[in-house]
Amino acid sequence: MSIVDLPVNSDEPVVAERIPGLWKTPIVMAVFTVLVALLVILAPRTGDSTFRWSRDGDWFAIPDITLPANAVVWTAVVLCLLCTAYAAWTARAGRKTPLVLVAAFAVIAVSGFLAWAVAGKTLPVVGLLAGALALAVPLVFGALGGVLGERSGVVNIAIDGQLLFGAFGAAIVASLTGSPWAGLVAAMVAGMLVALLLGLFAITYWVEQVIVGVVLNVLVIGFTSFMFSQVLSENAAALNNPPHFPRLEIPLLSGIPVLGPIFFRQTVLVYIMYAAVFLIAWALYRSKWGLRVRAVGEHPKAADTVGINVIATRYRTVLLAGAIAGIGGATYTLVSVPSFGREMTGGAGYIALAAVIFGKWDPIKATLAALLFGFASNVESVLSVIGSPVPSQFMLMLPYVVTIFAVAGLVGHSRAPAADGVPYRKG
Amino acid sequence: MRLALRDITKRFGSLVANDHISLTVEPGEIHCLLGENGAGKSTLMNVLYGLYQADEGEIVIDDEPQHFKGPGDAMAAGIGMVHQHFMLIPVFTVAENVMLGHETTGFAGSLDLVAARRRVREISDRFGFQVDPDALVEDLPVGVQQRVEIIKALSRDAEVLVFDEPTAVLTPQETDELMAIMRQLKESGTGIVFITHKLREVREVADRITVIRRGTVVGEASPEASNAELAALMVGRPVELKVHKDPAEPGERALVVSDLTVADEDGRVHVDSISFHIDAGEILAVAGVQGNGQTELTEAMVGLAPHVEGSISLDGREIVGRSVRKALEAGIGFIPEDRQVDGLVSNFTISENLMLNRSYDEPFVSRGSLNLKKLDTFAKEKLAEYDVRAPGVSTLAGQLSGGNQQKVVVARELSRDLRLLVAAQPTRGVDVGSIEFIHQQIVAARDTGVPVLVVSTELDEIAALADRIMVLYRGRVVGIVPADTSRDTLGLMMAGETPEGIES
Repeated sequence: MSIVDLPVNSDEPVVAERIPGLWKTPIVMAVFTVLVALLVILAPRTGDSTFRWSRDGDWFAIPDITLPANAVVWTAVVLCLLCTAYAAWTARAGRKTPLVLVAAFAVIAVSGFLAWAVAGKTLPVVGLLAGALALAVPLVFGALGGVLGERSGVVNIAIDGQLLFGAFGAAIVASLTGSPWAGLVAAMVAGMLVALLLGLFAITYWVEQVIVGVVLNVLVIGFTSFMFSQVLSENAAALNNPPHFPRLEIPLLSGIPVLGPIFFRQTVLVYIMYAAVFLIAWALYRSKWGLRVRAVGEHPKAADTVGINVIATRYRTVLLAGAIAGIGGATYTLVSVPSFGREMTGGAGYIALAAVIFGKWDPIKATLAALLFGFASNVESVLSVIGSPVPSQFMLMLPYVVTIFAVAGLVGHSRAPAADGVPYRKG
Repeated sequence: MRLALRDITKRFGSLVANDHISLTVEPGEIHCLLGENGAGKSTLMNVLYGLYQADEGEIVIDDEPQHFKGPGDAMAAGIGMVHQHFMLIPVFTVAENVMLGHETTGFAGSLDLVAARRRVREISDRFGFQVDPDALVEDLPVGVQQRVEIIKALSRDAEVLVFDEPTAVLTPQETDELMAIMRQLKESGTGIVFITHKLREVREVADRITVIRRGTVVGEASPEASNAELAALMVGRPVELKVHKDPAEPGERALVVSDLTVADEDGRVHVDSISFHIDAGEILAVAGVQGNGQTELTEAMVGLAPHVEGSISLDGREIVGRSVRKALEAGIGFIPEDRQVDGLVSNFTISENLMLNRSYDEPFVSRGSLNLKKLDTFAKEKLAEYDVRAPGVSTLAGQLSGGNQQKVVVARELSRDLRLLVAAQPTRGVDVGSIEFIHQQIVAARDTGVPVLVVSTELDEIAALADRIMVLYRGRVVGIVPADTSRDTLGLMMAGETPEGIES
């Protein structure tokens, strides 16, 4: 044996077939292709599906597209099969399925399903997507809070509690002051209060962080439910009657067909969300603050030895994360529904947590994941409004099924920050 | 800059880790701090670096008493540290690691990576390091990572550099290069504290030597002192540095390994189709820098590795594909490389730990219940035989010192009828006195006709035990050579080179 024979890079797998999960994507694709095919085989639809692309106020109207439902589904099945075959071929060659292919497959399969579901009726595509974005707002803020906390090394299961307490605080303060802006600030403070408790137990007292998070969620549910039934219900007009953020149309941009109604005819919270996503993504990777936060989450002792205060950095980051998740909570009571209700987040914080993992602890990817989950929720509500052939119970499961598939099936190999969930003890 | 530690005392509960230790370091001087594992060297340096606060005593720089509240203060005072376990963030680039904590920033706190890269290149060029500022630290070899640590300290204008056991992870060649770097630093006026327990290195570079034992300074020694003198100071009694060992009398071929390949869960191949054999009554020592497949090789031998291909045949019986229990029943004894993780249950007593490999059957278990009396007698016997210093057999394993813990592991593994002994890093983190004892036990096992596979990253240990030496590099066998092969040749082989005249 000579030196030349030595593997240049020991990380390079010598045998390609050993990459685990190489076949996962093609298999998942095949399953979904079969499911879509089964839909049209077992329950063929008659009539045409109409997709509506325009809204009032667009610069020009894109005409509706009307197609025969069965033909669209069959076309989708064939395209899905092609995608699956290509994915299988790349897996055989020992390569990973390109992400673009997965995305294309998802769009085709979802289009096929929607064409099948709305046969004989009209699907407002723009409304579906705009609603998806609005529904995703608390998820995006929750996920951003989760990403920040975990990047600094604190597992934040308490996102749901922060959302709920944010919604609660926003409702009361906005009702009392008559200003949604005051409500927004109150939501941030409420989120920070939950985060402070999380920090106290996780950072200072080294308590198992998953357990603290779950307990905090239960605590917030218990507290807000009690307050709701004992205080808020009694004085609903004074305490639980918050003013709402109005829809704010951005001049010019809101007139762009398709994009305008989706992105630029939303409330101010959505615009804050755009800013938050890009600001956090930039700061985490490009600023001194972000470098230190990531250092503390990866290797706290190394950060300590170069003079970074690990405990303080974690506290600051967790509090900031709580404030951000609190904004997400404000969405419920200042935008979505008229007043605060018992357990009104419906476990959205856990979906946000899934978005953190699906998004591989990256602000942009986690946002995209949250948008996907928001889309799944809105498909459910839009289809139930226009009348879908699927029993509503199954449709209600959709966001959660998507979450499970996303986290279990498609994540691939993701790496959490190395010190995520590990308390820092000196010495 | 003249650094002095005066009467530093540091206690952890009732344990006095440092007891009135005094020490001075002059500019341009290499001051060695020599002592065994657990003697209190690292505690002292953590006090100096501000990670711990001393209970008594003071740190003085140029006659100015210092009060370090954290590493930041120590660094600001001009003290830099190259840690034993590198304080580098694996997923950051070299430049990011070097700048962390004293970042140069531009608009709105944005990182000035251009300046950071320039700084890395500047220091790297000054010492001929050849470090790429944009490389991810996790992709760099250990030796280069250590240079990044040095750059990190120098980029903060450190005038005193502390090296904490820097050679533990290096090949002999890398060690030589490090010694050269230390001399270069010394010439440029940097004061160096070099912490180690390796006598050879001390004598090579030290200007002054301070020996620490059990938290106190037991004396200064001159670099001209002999190994035996230094070892005696360190341990507190004369030590036999070389294990007495008769030439091996190999019997029949006991273990035959052919085309063994071991991969991990992620599909990375750690052991790549290696073949070798060991005869009865022979010690094959596996040399190599840590992380070149040794761990996976030993785990495959006892059935702990998940993806194994090829064949391991012991006395004609196949081991690959069998469970750990089958491997134990085939007579394999296993001293794992990390006793804390794989060798002992710290919350179990010594007796309980001594029966872990026979937890399911006679002699200690009959009809499903423990035979405590038999176990007690057995444990007391082993305690005496293996010279385990403990209050009694019901002491928790976690309360023992490293050397005594290791003796418990060795006692357990050697107390059965063995057909093969696999010993991974049998004396890592063990005091010199216990090293001697454990080596004797391994040689004694060999003399009863057991084939032995020893894995070690310490060439001294390889030299003390081996009848033949197999060198691993990146999961492949570089060569199998006789025990008297020179250090230099072994060093080259550990870096993956095949010197002339070596068959592989």
